[in-house]
Amino acid sequence: MLTRRQFIKTAMATTAALQLSEILIPHLAEAFIGKKKPPVIWLEMMTCTGDFLSVANTLHPDMRELLFDTIDLCYSNTAMAAEGDLAIGVLKETVEREKGEYILIAEGTVPLKAGGRYGAIGHHPDGSIFTDLEAIRFTAPKAKYIMAVGTCASFGGPYAAHPNPSGSVPVHKVVDSQVINVPGCPVHPDWVVGTLTHLLLYGVPELDAFNRPKVFFGRRIHDWCPRRQHFDNGVFATDPGEEKCTYKIGCKGPVTFVDCPTRQWIGEHNSWPVEANTPCIGCVSPDFPDGMSPFYAHLPDMNVLGLRTTADKIGKGVAAVTAAGIGTHLAASVATGRLGTTLIDGTRPKREGVNRDTRKHSKDKTREVVFLPEGKIKGINLRRYHLQGKGRIKVFINRISFFGKGKRR
Amino acid sequence: MAKLIRISPVTRINGFWNLEVDVDDGHITDARSSGIFFRGFEEILKGRDPRDAAYLTERICGICSTAHAIAASHAMEDALKIEISSNATLLRNLSFGADLLQNHLRHFYLLTVLDFVRGPEQPPFIPRYESDYRLNTHETDRVMESYRQHFDIARITHEMVTIFGGKAPHQHGIIPGGVTTPPTVDRIQKFMGSLETVLEYINGRLIPDAQLLARRYDDYFEIGRGYENLLAYGNFQVPGKNSEFVMPFGVYSDGRIDKFNPERIREHVHYSWFVQDSPKHPVEEETNPEPDKEGAYSWVKAPRYAAKPFETGPIAHLWMKGDYRRGISTMDRILARVMEAKIVGNMMKEWLKQLEPGKPIYRPYEMPDKEVEGVGYTGAMRGALAHWVRFKGNKILHYQIVTPSAWVCSPRDAGGMRGPLEEALVGTPIADTDNPIEIGRVGRSFDPCLACAVHLIKTDGSRQSLQIM
Repeated sequence: MLTRRQFIKTAMATTAALQLSEILIPHLAEAFIGKKKPPVIWLEMMTCTGDFLSVANTLHPDMRELLFDTIDLCYSNTAMAAEGDLAIGVLKETVEREKGEYILIAEGTVPLKAGGRYGAIGHHPDGSIFTDLEAIRFTAPKAKYIMAVGTCASFGGPYAAHPNPSGSVPVHKVVDSQVINVPGCPVHPDWVVGTLTHLLLYGVPELDAFNRPKVFFGRRIHDWCPRRQHFDNGVFATDPGEEKCTYKIGCKGPVTFVDCPTRQWIGEHNSWPVEANTPCIGCVSPDFPDGMSPFYAHLPDMNVLGLRTTADKIGKGVAAVTAAGIGTHLAASVATGRLGTTLIDGTRPKREGVNRDTRKHSKDKTREVVFLPEGKIKGINLRRYHLQGKGRIKVFINRISFFGKGKRR
Repeated sequence: MAKLIRISPVTRINGFWNLEVDVDDGHITDARSSGIFFRGFEEILKGRDPRDAAYLTERICGICSTAHAIAASHAMEDALKIEISSNATLLRNLSFGADLLQNHLRHFYLLTVLDFVRGPEQPPFIPRYESDYRLNTHETDRVMESYRQHFDIARITHEMVTIFGGKAPHQHGIIPGGVTTPPTVDRIQKFMGSLETVLEYINGRLIPDAQLLARRYDDYFEIGRGYENLLAYGNFQVPGKNSEFVMPFGVYSDGRIDKFNPERIREHVHYSWFVQDSPKHPVEEETNPEPDKEGAYSWVKAPRYAAKPFETGPIAHLWMKGDYRRGISTMDRILARVMEAKIVGNMMKEWLKQLEPGKPIYRPYEMPDKEVEGVGYTGAMRGALAHWVRFKGNKILHYQIVTPSAWVCSPRDAGGMRGPLEEALVGTPIADTDNPIEIGRVGRSFDPCLACAVHLIKTDGSRQSLQIM
């Protein structure tokens, strides 16, 4: 049973994230006390278990409080005492006993190849294989909420990357109910515990076009990056390990929506990939890793959401995608490996920067923003513009664009 | 009359694992270990930028990701003949050491103790097998209090990985060419303070708890002995000497230690869901998955050294180094792992002192136009891990990974010889076939990680000889 003290501690810890007034918390505590602990089924499928272990790193509340006092973790391949038939029995019992009450946390992809035999959670007592596909279809319909935790469960992630040998798909492809995606490779403990708290206290949080909670996935890394000034001033790292802007060594911050720069990893807010002088690899994005690799290739050289385009255009583009509501379509093309086919081209060595003028190809000049292309466009050295400061870039930005939509070099 | 017991899934391990044993007259007479999931990582790596492998291969395993980053980096550095700086080696050792402590703490508490200690009466500790818990109430309370505390300590170890790695799991700091986070004094002192906290816990909780289990369950020094073959790859490079390792390479069989010769590795697929004409060296394999293969029972292949099955892990590391040679059994494996945590923790204190702020941590390199290949060995948390890579320009032509858990959890080979873990199970007494708690005790002592063990391996043509580091 969650005590009042524990509840307040839990709620206080997530206050900042949830913008929850301190005055409100005692009220909610009253409402919450007396209820039984919410049952949780943590279903690991095709996964590295990195998401479970990451969540075990939670600080407020810490894992012992979460595990012993806050939730009833009825099923978890990594934590439960039971094994074999006993464990499978628990899964089946919980689904029936807690029908409509339990929260399903799904981790990992669902492999579809060979009738699902590429991935199984175990065997039925009769000796037949209990595939991931069967397990997710068994547990999802009776869940109160479904959280897909980690990029694999949310979007497919590394195991669904080209050529997707196991035929892996994310959870929402095989489940009819709403799936709340909490991606990350691995997921940050706060994103999971915060979303769980939101579900327990207020129900489904506000979601973006990819069904990610906006409270965590609503900010673009680039806009909140502590090295943004280096970017604006043109101070770029040429190799990993330099304490400068990592844009030119492949940072995917301009197209990645998550709060890493301010939340940081983990516990005591130690660091995050850019602070470690490495590029952000966009691990919370629907097209990670195919659309985000090569990891050290900078943005205009790579495929983002199937388009070859510039940094800020994608930033805005994702917002446009939201409006158009085609997010699922894009996620689907990732899952089916369609983007993967362009990846192989993407991994070929390329010349640096921009080498042609695309002004004449662009239909919408106002939306185009150029970020620091290298080299020359029709004899104009863009680096010079860039070094002369922000004002000149702006003038320039409004005039031209490069990389037409869908065009490949 | 033999009775078949199937445990599927064997929970509290990383990944999905099916164990089938035959029990006759109260003892296990035969065992089959089966990995029941498969992702095809090497196939995914093909065609990608070789520099991406260090980050991508981390995604094989959430509990030992740093080991894959090290092996992938070693492989690239071997191929490109890069010597990394002494600072880089030290920082790698520190980050990897912290992740190793994380693994060993979590393996003992989160994964192992519930085989020996009755947990509290709430999920996920119930239901459980109701048999043979030998600790009294006072002792049980003590171990379960350590269990509660270990969550905080394990988080601190991951915070230590984060200090020089940006995040954990799947850190960013270890890449081909060195590391990326300079050893500034604020980071050093934070790391040092965290390490002290963790070592205090190891000395005050982990080691006494392991010793308590060893006293109460001393029959497990005789159970699960297996072949008594040990394989260890070098672990923790000596700073400034890229070819020397603090934990040495070695092969222990028939009671003596031999030099490791990488040419003697072969992978068998006779009982695995793959097609291949004969056992092959990892760089020569031509393998295809075949989930309908007759007689096969695992997604794990069967690596063999000199045609013999070998187990690997902390006990192999310490055996070669001379720090643990009491014996090889279920309880010895558990004790060696705990001891390795203490030994590595103490070495980390020394490495911290050797760091030189301001000195280089990363060595830039060019990607060659010609075809090159390399191999990276490391003694991961679970033992012998190797990555083989061949690439040209910015494109991986071939990638190959043989993990510790493939060695340990392997099925039978072409000669019908059981895998090391299968062999260790044979002879184990089972008191109650409805509550066969003994199987998991033996199995988990190996720290199996099926997430690491299952791969698709596919090559494209014949290979020349393997490069030896």
